[in-house]
Amino acid sequence: MDTAEKFDDKAPGNMKLADQIEGEQAMDETIRYPDQTVGTPYVDNPKMRMRDVEVFYGEKQAIHGVSLDIGKNEVVALIGPSGCGKSTFLRCLNRMNDTIDICQVKGNLHLEDQDLYDPKLDVVELRARVGMVFQKPNPFPKSIYDNVAYGPRIHGLANKKYDLDEIVETSLQKAGLWNEVKDRLHSPGTGLSGGQQQRLCIARTIAVSPEVVLMDEPCSALDPIATAKIEELIAELSESYTIAIVTHSMQQAARVSNRTAYFHLGRLVEMNDTDTVFTKPEHDLTEAYITGRFG
Amino acid sequence: MQTGNLLLLLVVMIAGAYYMGHRRSFALARPLGGIRHLHSLPFYYAMRTAIWCAIPALVVLGVWLAFDDTLIRNMVMGSLPAASQPVDGSAANLMLNQISNVASGALSPASVSPEIAAAAEKLNSLRQLNTMAITVVVIVVAMLGTAWGWVKISPQMRARQQVEKVLQTLFMLSATIAILTTVGILMSVLFESIRFFGKVPATDFLFGLHWSPQTALRADQVASEGAFGAIPLFVGTLLISAIALLVAVPVGLMSAIYLAEYAPARVRAFAKPALEVLAGVPTVVYGFFAALTVAPVIRQIGESIGLDVASESALAAGLVMGVMIIPFVSSLADDVITAVPQALRDASLGLGATRSETIKKVIFPAALPGIMGGILLAASRAIGETMIVVMAAGLAANLTANPLDAVTTVTVQIVTLLTGDQEFDSAKTLAAFALGLMLFITTLLLNVIALHIVKKYREQYD
Repeated sequence: MDTAEKFDDKAPGNMKLADQIEGEQAMDETIRYPDQTVGTPYVDNPKMRMRDVEVFYGEKQAIHGVSLDIGKNEVVALIGPSGCGKSTFLRCLNRMNDTIDICQVKGNLHLEDQDLYDPKLDVVELRARVGMVFQKPNPFPKSIYDNVAYGPRIHGLANKKYDLDEIVETSLQKAGLWNEVKDRLHSPGTGLSGGQQQRLCIARTIAVSPEVVLMDEPCSALDPIATAKIEELIAELSESYTIAIVTHSMQQAARVSNRTAYFHLGRLVEMNDTDTVFTKPEHDLTEAYITGRFG
Repeated sequence: MQTGNLLLLLVVMIAGAYYMGHRRSFALARPLGGIRHLHSLPFYYAMRTAIWCAIPALVVLGVWLAFDDTLIRNMVMGSLPAASQPVDGSAANLMLNQISNVASGALSPASVSPEIAAAAEKLNSLRQLNTMAITVVVIVVAMLGTAWGWVKISPQMRARQQVEKVLQTLFMLSATIAILTTVGILMSVLFESIRFFGKVPATDFLFGLHWSPQTALRADQVASEGAFGAIPLFVGTLLISAIALLVAVPVGLMSAIYLAEYAPARVRAFAKPALEVLAGVPTVVYGFFAALTVAPVIRQIGESIGLDVASESALAAGLVMGVMIIPFVSSLADDVITAVPQALRDASLGLGATRSETIKKVIFPAALPGIMGGILLAASRAIGETMIVVMAAGLAANLTANPLDAVTTVTVQIVTLLTGDQEFDSAKTLAAFALGLMLFITTLLLNVIALHIVKKYREQYD
């Protein structure tokens, strides 16, 4: 790819960013500025393929030429300091950024052969294939059953009440919530604890049988026990789904993911096998981040 | 001193008390090493002194003013010689009127009996004495209060808690005023209604199908018997309100959804106030718009398709009223829809729901209480609206469900019954209160039903 060339084109911008790094984070002067992604961001036969993704909020550029692949049934963790654009990038993958008027996305994004930003694409279909779990548990103020049944209903996945019951049950089972809620399916989902709510949101997402599940810091509002349950769940889900997870916790990334991508100020600095990233980071910035020098 | 002037003086004294309290708290704090060694901030000591100045004086003034008139009157009447004492209550009232007219100079003392003239003089002197006494007493009480409040200031005194307590009581009293006013209105309407039902049987009123409140004023007058069946009025009210809501609810809700969910920020910033202007148009203006513009148009359209339309019709009044109450629905609904958390929208959109599915299945149920509130407000406006109906729907109490006929409403009839000269012992006048009571009960029921609906279907987000 010509990522390097692209960055050279925007030299003034780079200068500014470098200043920012120096000024705000008081980093070592020896640290190289990321001019090109290091590591192995690409895989063979990927589930999702992103090339030269750039995102603008109005005039402000949030993502600069990010290219990476997400393999089939792989868990990819996106890590990086606050404001590095990892959530913004994740939200491009099922076009949730469409809801923000001033947001503009450029580049090639594909789910298998489907161009995500094809004007002819029905975004409803895309979001059924690429589901999303949000940072704060956001169950609908409806019953637990209706929460899970919401997606199948709007996509017409069940013809009969019986089918719908089955979808709800299997989804709750997959999310590891069935035993806790099977006796109170018709009480409100908002009455569950935070961790249960988040697993309810995961059940709701997988009820529409997506191929990819995007998770935007799914555990940041949860306590350690609930977090452990979600992490276990992610490991189980990776058998049938492709997962991309944004996280602030490096331990979490290390525990749940196969590959890890490190973002810094809107650029993808490094992407590699998770083990490699955390034991032998290639880039100085990655090393600085995972050793806790900033972030 | 006049009561108004006395109040002004009291305000000045309160300000003085505040200033003195403030000064004293600083003076006490200085040897201790600054105001942080006081229990409360100087503001609280000052407020406390001001409160001690204000409240006892105001209470004394209030109680005094409530009773002084009666007291003076009794004293004046008592001073009359036994021979000229009035025989009964109404004679006493007449005499008192005469005395106070003489006292105020409206009647010359020469034109009345010497006893009355003497009583008038006594009345004047008592009043002067009273004014002087009240001035002195209130000022003394205020000064004593200030002095007490001022002396008690000490670094340990818990002035903050005391001031907070007084403020809390003040807030509670303010809330009570609103409730007591409602009770008062209800009572006044209720008692007159009971008098009405003494003259006209309640069943005739509630279930009667004929409304014609003209009754004979004199025994020998040739007039109609008077029929007080309220059904035609309530049917008219409901008909017009229903037409108005049929216009206002869909239009208002859809415009709210557009404003909250689809409109770009710039359109919204312009369109929302523009819609709200509708609520600011005086109802009289709506009235002649309905009577002079809408009604003839409806008539023409009706005639062109072979319908017989009255020149004053429920339809014209209802349509215009509907337009008038659009902002009540749209503005409130817009506010609550905007208040639904973005997280819920994201959740729904993230599952592949379209915008309209999200609105229908997630946002609308979550915003339901507020939307119902707006509709209810609009409904009570529609039920209580008078001017548009007088001008556009007429005064004829027809019992009909045909929106093309002239109808009349409860409020319009109340207005016609209570305008002009009235006597408060005829069924005709008292009927207005019975109608008012019924209207009150109707809107109360509406509120209860709406609350129930909201409770049942509400989807609560936190």
